Amino acid sequence: MAKHDTPLLDELEKGPWPSFVTDMKRQAETKPECWDILGQLELSYEDKITHWKHGGIVGVFGYGGGIVGRYSDVPDRFPGVEHFHTVRVNQPSGLYYSTENLRGLMDLWEKYGSGMTNMHGSTGDMVLLGTRTENLEPLFWDLTHDLGQDLGGSGSNLRTPSCCLGESRCQWACYDTQEICHHLTLHYQDEIHRPAFPYKFKFKFSGCPNDCVAAIARSDFAVIGTWKDEIQIDQAMVKEYMAGNIPSNAGAHSGRDWGPFDIQKEVIDLCPTECMWMEGDELKIDNAECTRCMHCINVMPRALAPGKERGATICIGAKAPILDGAQFATMIIPFIEISADNEFENVIDVIEKIWDWWMEVGKNRERVGETMQRVGLPTFLSVMEVDPIPQHVKEPRSNPYVFWKEEEVPGGWERDIVEFRKRHAA
Amino acid sequence: MGYDPNNPMEGRITDLGPHKYDTMLPPIIKNNKGKWLYHEIPEPGILIHTSSTGDKCYTVRVGSPRLISIEHIREICDIADKYCEGYLRFTTRNNIEFMCDSEDKMRALIDDLKSRGNKFPIGGTGACVTNIVHTQGWVHCHTPATDASGPVKAVMDELFEYFGSMKLPAQVRIALACCLNMCGAVHASDIALLGVHRKPPMIDHERITGVCEIPLAIAACPLGAVKPAKAEVNGEEVKTVKVNAERCMFCGNCYTMCPAMPLADPEGDGIAILVGGKVSNAKSAPKFSKLVIPFLPNNPPRWPEVTDAVKNILETYAKDARKYERVGEWAERIGWEKFFEKCGIPFTEKSIDDYRLAYDTWRTTAQFKYTSATDAYTK
Repeated sequence: MAKHDTPLLDELEKGPWPSFVTDMKRQAETKPECWDILGQLELSYEDKITHWKHGGIVGVFGYGGGIVGRYSDVPDRFPGVEHFHTVRVNQPSGLYYSTENLRGLMDLWEKYGSGMTNMHGSTGDMVLLGTRTENLEPLFWDLTHDLGQDLGGSGSNLRTPSCCLGESRCQWACYDTQEICHHLTLHYQDEIHRPAFPYKFKFKFSGCPNDCVAAIARSDFAVIGTWKDEIQIDQAMVKEYMAGNIPSNAGAHSGRDWGPFDIQKEVIDLCPTECMWMEGDELKIDNAECTRCMHCINVMPRALAPGKERGATICIGAKAPILDGAQFATMIIPFIEISADNEFENVIDVIEKIWDWWMEVGKNRERVGETMQRVGLPTFLSVMEVDPIPQHVKEPRSNPYVFWKEEEVPGGWERDIVEFRKRHAA
Repeated sequence: MGYDPNNPMEGRITDLGPHKYDTMLPPIIKNNKGKWLYHEIPEPGILIHTSSTGDKCYTVRVGSPRLISIEHIREICDIADKYCEGYLRFTTRNNIEFMCDSEDKMRALIDDLKSRGNKFPIGGTGACVTNIVHTQGWVHCHTPATDASGPVKAVMDELFEYFGSMKLPAQVRIALACCLNMCGAVHASDIALLGVHRKPPMIDHERITGVCEIPLAIAACPLGAVKPAKAEVNGEEVKTVKVNAERCMFCGNCYTMCPAMPLADPEGDGIAILVGGKVSNAKSAPKFSKLVIPFLPNNPPRWPEVTDAVKNILETYAKDARKYERVGEWAERIGWEKFFEKCGIPFTEKSIDDYRLAYDTWRTTAQFKYTSATDAYTK
């Protein structure tokens, strides 16, 4: 494959941020296909439009996902990207890698692919970017036999679950996000690899309400760590913060002089529920009023910590805008214990209640959040066998259009108009 | 033996799943999992986690273009082998983290990273602009309205000083999605760059019956703008569709379902800017990003209109917001009318919702602030 002139892309070699163009040129020295990636991208920069054809169903035998087909619409000019299929490889929970494993994957991709990757795709998979159809089966063979790992999901199936790094390096994790993510990924291999759902379904596990994996915005099934007892307070450390001996927010604001730390202004007055106050030099919290937002804990991580009775809140039904607008996940289960001791069977029960129903009533390409909207939250709660509580809504409805059921009304709905007219002349 | 195309099912292994995470953890992490007490950010890009065992983990966070080569990843591995016992991790925002078990190793690592040109910028912690979560764009996708890697590189070049410092009022999460499908899920970002189309789909009558399930293409339109139709191709009548362009909101869902309805266009496509979203529950509830600039042109290779707009919003916020206030919290406190005035962004009808549930966003109170936008009434 010939080198192409790329005057537009060359402009992206300038500037302080690392340049993917420079990187791709380096890779092209040993993987000449990269010249054709650059060449076709340069053409898109000239034409201001994509040069990839629509779709192309390719994959490996027995799987309905994990490979995304892609073909160039200018293959004669750029034969190195005539086929440019993506391979999604399921990432380890928490995105940690041994260099041994990463090097093995890179050797595999040098053998079969373009040499370019995304670390990582939006759902969490490692993305190996660009290979030919005839390479897919040999690549899958080597991936499973030599490296002992597997593809992730694509299409109308369970997408590759993902999690924040959790207890591995964060003091705020309220459960072991990596363990449940890994366990359920293995438990649901069939659902990941063989599409059987109305549309995609995503699990994301965040260890605390800071939600570093964006579960509430991006997943159909969001498990967000929380606690049910009292925020732990170390009063001696509160005094250290107040004395200015420890920077607020772990030092996250140290690039600007915001003045001396002011616990009233920075913590107590910013508490959304106003449930904190000073009593002498002691910080007090009315935990019954706390909504566990994390702000005070974020600001004073050495003085405050989540409670000891930890678990998670389950929110259901987030999605991006296509079609009826973006949705955040709706809080359905206020608190659930998350424990490997029962192999997460209580969480699995919740998941399968959703699936059993959604697989029956969900329309083609309807995310579960859209199905929930279509049938209404009261119906969804009854499907989930969850009693409605005020916590399920921001506020009660303001219209009076209640869908009463016949059995809720004394005497039922069957009435006789003749009897009625005997007492009420028309 | 390897894959045998004549016996494709022979010896096949499936459903292995990923490697277990605990085989991928550096010793300092494995030994202290669940025992961490607190963390500190002594300088931008450096995290120190202290465990109840007395161990400390020294993490150096570096930026990455996300679209990276095997040579680049091998270089990352070389670095991790030298300073981090052969382990590393990526963050959910595509940064790379090198974890050391001593401060000396961390200092040596930092010197090494700095010696490698601009490949490994250190930063992305605290009150900063961290890496931009983004999608594929023209590098791999068939439905984009803009490129992804290019605009991201151009924006990060422009905002580079904010990646390696912590002088903003709070963290600012920027994300780019190259079409409304939003693989990048930009709908809850402080500043979102979104590829948008502005021309309705064309219809390839010659190909439609071969490549589309016409009822699915019709059902794909959320506004009922796609209807069944007939067309003449080579003297023969074929079943096809027609589009009521006045009802089209350019979501592109028809093209997702039907390859014979392309809508990308050099002049029609560009980038919209949405601001004020957040994911975290801290202080205020998660918020959606709101559309403040409906369209900026695709102007490769460096998208100057987009980088200027993002920098203007970021720096106006940086000057005006209070400590801990996210972009959306700031805009809500001062009022969106003040947001437009302070940022000097012209308000247009494009920012008024006229899709479903739009009424929730209309102002139904006599409370508002006077800004230059009300001058016609007051001056």
